[in-house]
Amino acid sequence: MATSTVWVSIFLFALVLLAFAPIMTWVERKQSALMQDRIGANRASILGFKALGLIHPLADVIKMITKEDTIPTGAHRFLHLVSPFIAVAPAIISFAVIPYGGTYEMWGAHISLCVADLDYGVLFVFAIGSIATYGSMLAGWAGNNNFGMLGSIRVSAQMISYEVALGITVVGLFMIFGTLRLTDLGVMQQETFRLFGFLEHFGWVAADANWIDWITIPMWGIVLQPLPFFMFLTALMAENKRAPFDTPEGESEIVAGYFIEYSGMKFGLYMMGEWIEVVVIAALLTAMFLGGWSLPWVREADMIAAWTPALGENMANLAAMLLAVHVFLIKVIVLIWFQMLIRWSMPRFRYDQVMNLGWKILLPLSLANIVVTALGILFVQGVTS
Amino acid sequence: MGDISGYHFQIVAALIFSIGALGVLLRRNMIVMFMSIELMLNAANLSLVAFSREIGNDQGQILAFLVMVVAAVEVAVGLAIIISLVRNRDTVNIEDTSALKW
Amino acid sequence: MRTALFWIFSLAAVASALGVVGNLRSPINSALSLVVSMLALAGLYVLLEAQFVGLIQVMVYAGAIVVLFLFVIMLLNLRGSGASGAESQPIVKALGALVVVAATLWLARTLSSGRAPWPDVEQGFGTTRAIGEALYTDYVLSVQVAGVLLLAGIVAAVVLAKKKID
Repeated sequence: MATSTVWVSIFLFALVLLAFAPIMTWVERKQSALMQDRIGANRASILGFKALGLIHPLADVIKMITKEDTIPTGAHRFLHLVSPFIAVAPAIISFAVIPYGGTYEMWGAHISLCVADLDYGVLFVFAIGSIATYGSMLAGWAGNNNFGMLGSIRVSAQMISYEVALGITVVGLFMIFGTLRLTDLGVMQQETFRLFGFLEHFGWVAADANWIDWITIPMWGIVLQPLPFFMFLTALMAENKRAPFDTPEGESEIVAGYFIEYSGMKFGLYMMGEWIEVVVIAALLTAMFLGGWSLPWVREADMIAAWTPALGENMANLAAMLLAVHVFLIKVIVLIWFQMLIRWSMPRFRYDQVMNLGWKILLPLSLANIVVTALGILFVQGVTS
Repeated sequence: MGDISGYHFQIVAALIFSIGALGVLLRRNMIVMFMSIELMLNAANLSLVAFSREIGNDQGQILAFLVMVVAAVEVAVGLAIIISLVRNRDTVNIEDTSALKW
Repeated sequence: MRTALFWIFSLAAVASALGVVGNLRSPINSALSLVVSMLALAGLYVLLEAQFVGLIQVMVYAGAIVVLFLFVIMLLNLRGSGASGAESQPIVKALGALVVVAATLWLARTLSSGRAPWPDVEQGFGTTRAIGEALYTDYVLSVQVAGVLLLAGIVAAVVLAKKKID
């Protein structure tokens, strides 16, 4: 990939990401207000212009930055300073491997809408995500606070436990597609399969029956692996430590848990990290399970080929690219909404319930899923060969 | 890759290994000694991977992968031992747990 | 570029390895040095075209093993109670250290004598696919044994760390 196209994709990616993070505070407030029958953020205004409360994120940031930045006595100063950054950086970095579009040729340029198209994309997200544990763990320890310490212990146990389930739930998906590269996953999910194709193999229908060819289903991850989609979402939400998995924060028991001693923008960084991670979760799920940037039943290459006579090759590619980015964004927004819905409708789990869910439900289910998927693959191979 | 070649990596691995060995010899804190053992295992891994690159054969990487599995098991068991020791003896100094030495 | 990266990563790895051993104040600081060392080693693995091993290094070592160390240190609340120092048997320890340093120097000298140029590796070298295919065909017995070992380790850890065996 040429250097110039790398810059194009980094620019687009930064634009999307930076636009999302502050808006998430507004989304969270508005959605919780809607669900609790309130109006929500609507006071901040610039010259009487309120914009549905969209000024609030700006006011929040100004408030956070101008607040006093306290460092408690007995704190490990360096770790106290550094751990908010360790918590935020992995969330931002893991965006690098998520493709929000395919590759397009226009006006002689080769544009790939994925900053780092790595051979082991999904593993990269997991590896980087496991670094985020330190941001939370060290924060509670460095603050020299007993509540913070309890939060640290809880957060480390929770994140290690769910990392196990996180990795194993998606093995089935990789068994089907045979790749860890997220752009390849996106392209493969544009294919379709015939739902009743196996009837033909067994000779239960006439060989010339047309209706079998008509009933096709897109090969999205969520269709092929419906249960792992929800298990993966659960494990990711537990990794993100938001309600209902926010026992490490547990306001009613341990005040604010691991970030108890933080004020000002350092506290804001933890909030920002959580919100960016919500977006990362949505984007990752979209890329892996919801067909990525493509519309169902549409192969992107076919679409560009169909548009080329009318628009010319360059314009067809440009149109396909814009469509891809918007489709991806819409899917991401739907998943963000879904996460907010869960966050505002579930009460907090007890700590033992969190551990039981991770070790006794998610892990055995995902192991069973591997076996079932293997049998399914054998069946499909037998039918199609 | 420029003027960097296999032996550079081997020397780095040797350095890390001997730092780990020094840690095991000199420190008396059980947890730090344990970390030093991890350093030694990692140095061995680096050596394996560097040799695998030098020969152009990925067997070294597979061995490194298996070493990591063993290291993970070792850490789980070792830390469990340390936890139960601290519960019973309230110390992490290895000199205080020498009953099996004589 | 790669040469510079090599020097950065290897200096970081060696310096933080020294930090693990040389930090007498708190085991937490040692654990953090260990993380830096592990991440630097992962960088070295990637330089050696072993991307998969590097990634597993980050996931397993930096993401799980050192977190487990930190978890235990916090659980036992070992803040500062490091019981540090080379207080007992100074002569034996000095001798041991001397032997290690001498062995390292000799090892480094021996290793630096063979300067073979590196071969170019093929496209798929060190990728997840290559490693996975080798693991599940030629080395499948090792994988099975590793799995049994992991199971034994889990059971042992649970039994050992339990307060009271019922």
